[in-house]
Amino acid sequence: MTLATDAAPPPVRPVLMKGNEAIAEAAIQAGCDAYFGYPITPQAELLEWMARRMPELGRVFIQAESELGAINMGLGAAATGARVLVSSSSPGISLMAEAMSYMAASELPLVLVNVMRGGPGLGSIGPSQSDYFQATKGHGHGDYRVPVLAPSSIAEAVDLVATAFEIAERYRTPTMLLADGVMGQAMEPVVPTYRLPDRRAHGWELTGAAGRPPRVVRSLHLQPEELEDHNRHLQAKYRTIEEQEVRWAGERLDDAEIAIVAYGTAARVARTAIERARDHGLAAGLFRPITLWPFPTHALASIAERTRAILVVELSAGQLVEDVRLAVGDRVPVFFHGRTGGVVPTPGEVVDALRRAWATSESRPRETR
Amino acid sequence: MTTTPGLRAPDTRRRIYRRPEILADRSTHYCPGCGHGIIHRIVAELLDELALGPRTIGVASVGCSVFIYDYLDVDFVESPHGRAPAVATGVRRARPDAFVFTYQGDGDLAAIGTAEIVHAAARGERISVIFVNNGIYGMTGGQMAPTTLIGQRTTSSPTGRDALTAGYPLPITEMLALLPGVSYAARGSIADPGAIGKTKAMLRRAFETQLTGGGLSIVEILSTCPVGWGMTPTASMEHLANDVVGTYPLGVMVDRMASAGRAPKPDPAAED
Repeated sequence: MTLATDAAPPPVRPVLMKGNEAIAEAAIQAGCDAYFGYPITPQAELLEWMARRMPELGRVFIQAESELGAINMGLGAAATGARVLVSSSSPGISLMAEAMSYMAASELPLVLVNVMRGGPGLGSIGPSQSDYFQATKGHGHGDYRVPVLAPSSIAEAVDLVATAFEIAERYRTPTMLLADGVMGQAMEPVVPTYRLPDRRAHGWELTGAAGRPPRVVRSLHLQPEELEDHNRHLQAKYRTIEEQEVRWAGERLDDAEIAIVAYGTAARVARTAIERARDHGLAAGLFRPITLWPFPTHALASIAERTRAILVVELSAGQLVEDVRLAVGDRVPVFFHGRTGGVVPTPGEVVDALRRAWATSESRPRETR
Repeated sequence: MTTTPGLRAPDTRRRIYRRPEILADRSTHYCPGCGHGIIHRIVAELLDELALGPRTIGVASVGCSVFIYDYLDVDFVESPHGRAPAVATGVRRARPDAFVFTYQGDGDLAAIGTAEIVHAAARGERISVIFVNNGIYGMTGGQMAPTTLIGQRTTSSPTGRDALTAGYPLPITEMLALLPGVSYAARGSIADPGAIGKTKAMLRRAFETQLTGGGLSIVEILSTCPVGWGMTPTASMEHLANDVVGTYPLGVMVDRMASAGRAPKPDPAAED
């Protein structure tokens, strides 16, 4: 296993990068020791980038026989303490759900990239955000959580890849980078700011029991009390992550009368819509969760106190909106605008949704200001 | 009665049977007559004899034998059902200096895990696969497996396995032996001490295949499940020796390292 100190130095000039390739290179620069994947649109370029770069750096690359194969190779490599990246798109992530549950239970760090496409089923290859439930509420069986990071630009994706490795290793948990087809396929000029997270001696990794007692990485605990103890341990860890790792960004919220809540590609559409709405005198702002789990519940609740209404914009039939409603409660009305199937909402239709939301909320008395 | 000091007879006893160091000093959870105890023991003997313990990473699979990590004192990772060859692939690629084996039952390897074993074999992964075939799902209560014999009664084939509706026993090791990535494939049994000795020799060859840079090595070991079969341990061993081998013939199917001249063939003169 080659430790990552030998990759090319990062460029300082802006370079035109495709999202999938930028994510792949960011993982390489972040010290990814092993990558496993399987071809699926719209993430195939990530696999292809790794196919070229990983072997030339003496690192591990395998195109697996299936997503099941890929994620379980990742599980095995992660058990040895390697820094592992696995990537796929929505239908493939469903197949990986089993191993995500096992890795959460076995406390194995691994970063999984989901470049979301339209669903359900085989769906489409267009961009989508319809895997929010799957990503944030658990892919597989059992009581577990997975930190989910949602970039909304390629530069941010580069940064969050390193963050994902840091979170994964700090908390011994699989961690997901949730992108969508636009993020994966779009090209943007970026000055990539690569980061190489510190290597830590874990003390649990499997290296062969030379000069120490054997170690077992496992998820089976047949005694109910033993399993409950393990669950308590996991839940305590999740509470720590909820306290320490919440990330979000706000734009033009200071004077906003109405806030859009959106992440990823939807947030970029919202940003344009907000400028247009402001041109027409409607003071809108953007609340953008960066961690979808842990969700920025408290931050959003306090923003809601300062606005008249919330509009949630998603590339889905309404998934993020459920967490927004839980956070906002009955402080202000929550509206929703979403498109599905690979259709990206236009700024124009988001402006219309803002106007409708505004008209509805303006007519309501404001009880608690 | 008194003894006279200094007049004790010299101790001429020789210890010819001992617990391998790798084998944990504890009783197992396996049922009476189960073959896993025998197989665990010969695996432990070989890890000792080849001094592999300190560099071994085992992959435990789903089934009765998942608890192998309680009985063999080496590093272990537990795999999801059927995925052990993929997990072992990740382990071996990330740690090329490790000795890596999977320990899988027939439900795990020959049913839910067929894709993983076939493609690990196709890639020629440098892992050793210990494939314990008792023709039944033991842990879940004795249901039919792909390896169940025609006519065999199980809890999910109560009138006996009917080829018309449940198909035929799967000779997966023969299938794997076709692949050039498989350096060694053999089938042994634990029906009697002679068979156990031969099986141990197969396992040794499989382990040596990995140690000398070969591709995937697999030893299928025909084993018993007295509880699942509804037989006494003795009757199970007789059934194994007399009936099961009719469907699953014993022997070495392929030894590509030997045929490529990369390791000495056993000297025919030394046999018998």
